[in-house]
Amino acid sequence: MGGGTSSYREIEETDCILLWGSNARETHPIFFHHLLTGVKRGARLFTIDPRRTSSAQWADVWAGLDVGTDIALAHTMAREIIVAGLAHNEFIREATTGFDAFKASVLPWTLERGEQATGVPAGVIREMAHAFATAPRAMICWTLGITEHHNAVDNVLSLINLALLTGHVGRWGSGINPLRGQNNVQGGGDMGALPDRLPGFQHVENDAVRARFDRAWGVTVPPVRGWHLSGMFEAMGRGDLTALYVIGENPAQSEADQHHAEALLAGLDILVVQDVMRTATAELADVVLPAAAGAFESEGTVTSSERRVQRVRRTKAPLGESREDLAIIVDLARRMGAAWPATDAEGIWNELRALSPVHGGMSYARLAAGGLQWPCYDETHPGEAFLHGRLWERPVRGPRAPFSIVEHALPVEALDAEYPFRLTTGRRLEEYNTGVQTGPYASPVRRGETIDVSPEDAARLGVVEGQRVRVRSRRGSVVAPVHIDAALRPGLTFMTFHFPDEVATNHLTIDAIDPKSGTAEFKAAAVRIDALDA
Amino acid sequence: MSQHDAIWFSLPPRATALPEAPPAPPRATVTVTVDGASVDVPEGATLLDACRAAGKDVPTLCYLETLTPVNACRVCVVEVAGARVLAPACSRKAEAGMQVQTNSPRVRTSRKVVLELLASSVDLSTADELTPLLAEYGADPGRFGAAAATVAQPVKDDNDLYVRDYSKCVLCYKCVEACGTDAQNTFAIAVAGRGFHAHISTELDVPLPESACVYCGNCIAVCPTGALMAKPEFTLRQAGQWAPERQTAVDTICPYCGVGCTLTAHVQDDRIVKVTSPFENGVTRGNLCVKGRFGFEYVNEPEAGD
Repeated sequence: MGGGTSSYREIEETDCILLWGSNARETHPIFFHHLLTGVKRGARLFTIDPRRTSSAQWADVWAGLDVGTDIALAHTMAREIIVAGLAHNEFIREATTGFDAFKASVLPWTLERGEQATGVPAGVIREMAHAFATAPRAMICWTLGITEHHNAVDNVLSLINLALLTGHVGRWGSGINPLRGQNNVQGGGDMGALPDRLPGFQHVENDAVRARFDRAWGVTVPPVRGWHLSGMFEAMGRGDLTALYVIGENPAQSEADQHHAEALLAGLDILVVQDVMRTATAELADVVLPAAAGAFESEGTVTSSERRVQRVRRTKAPLGESREDLAIIVDLARRMGAAWPATDAEGIWNELRALSPVHGGMSYARLAAGGLQWPCYDETHPGEAFLHGRLWERPVRGPRAPFSIVEHALPVEALDAEYPFRLTTGRRLEEYNTGVQTGPYASPVRRGETIDVSPEDAARLGVVEGQRVRVRSRRGSVVAPVHIDAALRPGLTFMTFHFPDEVATNHLTIDAIDPKSGTAEFKAAAVRIDALDA
Repeated sequence: MSQHDAIWFSLPPRATALPEAPPAPPRATVTVTVDGASVDVPEGATLLDACRAAGKDVPTLCYLETLTPVNACRVCVVEVAGARVLAPACSRKAEAGMQVQTNSPRVRTSRKVVLELLASSVDLSTADELTPLLAEYGADPGRFGAAAATVAQPVKDDNDLYVRDYSKCVLCYKCVEACGTDAQNTFAIAVAGRGFHAHISTELDVPLPESACVYCGNCIAVCPTGALMAKPEFTLRQAGQWAPERQTAVDTICPYCGVGCTLTAHVQDDRIVKVTSPFENGVTRGNLCVKGRFGFEYVNEPEAGD
């Protein structure tokens, strides 16, 4: 099952936190409140991030690694833990598989080699490794700094290896946690909005699972996985995908290599967009279906980063002719000839509960106050604070957890004389994604798009704060004002993608795709910067 | 992915034991007497906890469950037998055998004077929690004369999200606590000055946009007097259109990041006019970020002229 293994409360009671590729202070502010409670109780905080972010300001140690060297860092930590005799041998022996091959794969990663590969001093790597391994409880939390790379899944697996090596999973205060970037990115996956999953995280290529859905739905569910988002764009490029129905997404501005994405969307036979706002993608659409706002104008559920399923409710009437997504989809199905019965959000939810064992006990009545964490198997089950406790039963119940063999691989686009700067992208506190929802509110801290550069690079380029420059990658160019940020090291630059109508950052980003997850390498493009005259 | 088939293709079995927090160490109980009735509370509990456990209502002003007590207001004082002075119930720990009076003449007089001092110097016109107390304790703020209104000052309206009217500030420190160590850890505001000059201030009294403020509005959430107010509410009040009796308050979940903060949407005439979060919510403890508290305009009908 894919989800953060721990509860927010656990980070308040842990002893060591690796915040890896995450600026949670700005991107998950209320989670960071819980994290700070832990820090104040004495937990050591390590932030691993190319930028010295506002999260890093709270850290005991900031490990400022070079973009895309996460696996090298994790491997070096793993080797240090093993050779220092700090691995949790009992857990490894009883609850995991593949340790010997894993050990062999990381043994070449000496502290010196790790320092050379990552830019993090050997002493810092050693300190992190020892602190993590020897802490009674320790957690790893990450965000898109881990997953928006061409080797996203391998990055995650390298962090899981660290948790398995030290037994820091499946216990209160120890766990591995992706902080989800959208209010229902966890729930969307749980509900089957993944190319290889049916609702309840059940694999579509599992015959027994599929048979149950076939019976419940009276249809034959296709027995093979579909395309992920990037796969869809590749299929558009090949001409295999010619009709697209986009619900609550703005791919015309959110996809990497935006020129390419726009051309593919424009080449579709039909594009249908269902959204709260008239997005840039909607401007390209043949049909626009105005949707009610999910969080404020619709009934349903969302699932958070601690696997907590909570109710969203209609707080006001939808604007104009907009309708709830459920009503639109049911109507569309009927127009296409399906005899779907009339139902409401609770009816759909109860259908899910009958098909997804981990949601079985979550009635609307039980979800009313504060929600429940999956798995929650039946109406008497209270939900589970953390996952994988079974790994601590002897003998282990069910399959053991496998170590993974992954290789360090630098970002697809290397720096060179023509494109000498590393561009990494991310969010700011007051904005959200392409600005569709945040644009309409007035924020006193909003300052528009900038290209953030280190003081050293600003001096070298001869540019000052606010000066407009042209930023160029192999895929496109934009003009943006310079912001000098001492949190950046020489060679590293940063932009958001919050203001695509003014500065289309994704004209610069690269659609180098992780073949396992379909995620693009938003975190690592190569760019050049040229000052513009006045 | 073959190395992961076993865990990828089927759900793992249930753990035998329910994954839970380790049990908290047992706490001894302490027995105290509240208004003549005996009540047991866990060791470390406050007199306020004991009073509430006994079903006695003790008014509070600067106290909030989510904040560290600062003992600033003295509204919650109770009488402890044998003690020289009245004790602030919000922070005084219960001790075995304490005999507490929550409503004795001395307690009532003290609360009355505190309320009179506040109401004579501060504009309490939007302090909805306080005004019933004035009546209940028979407070007469007018008895100190017009010269007592020492706090009046211009409204600070220097940004798009919230307004600070320190004429209404009772110096309860809740905003400072929420901005600081108890929740947000931004430290944009503090108490500056001493004695009569004590006031809530940004660093060097700069306007909010020049301060460290990140506009989470967690200070607004805890303000008991309306000195801190979100801009939409302030604007509607100025226009005489703020109408709580026409408002609904419905809980939903924030549309932004994946933390899953509960938002209580306060809706008037089909417009969201305010967002709060319940203090008892385990995820938020009443706190939100700038997007959660203010990023709702996209679901409101654009107003004429927008």
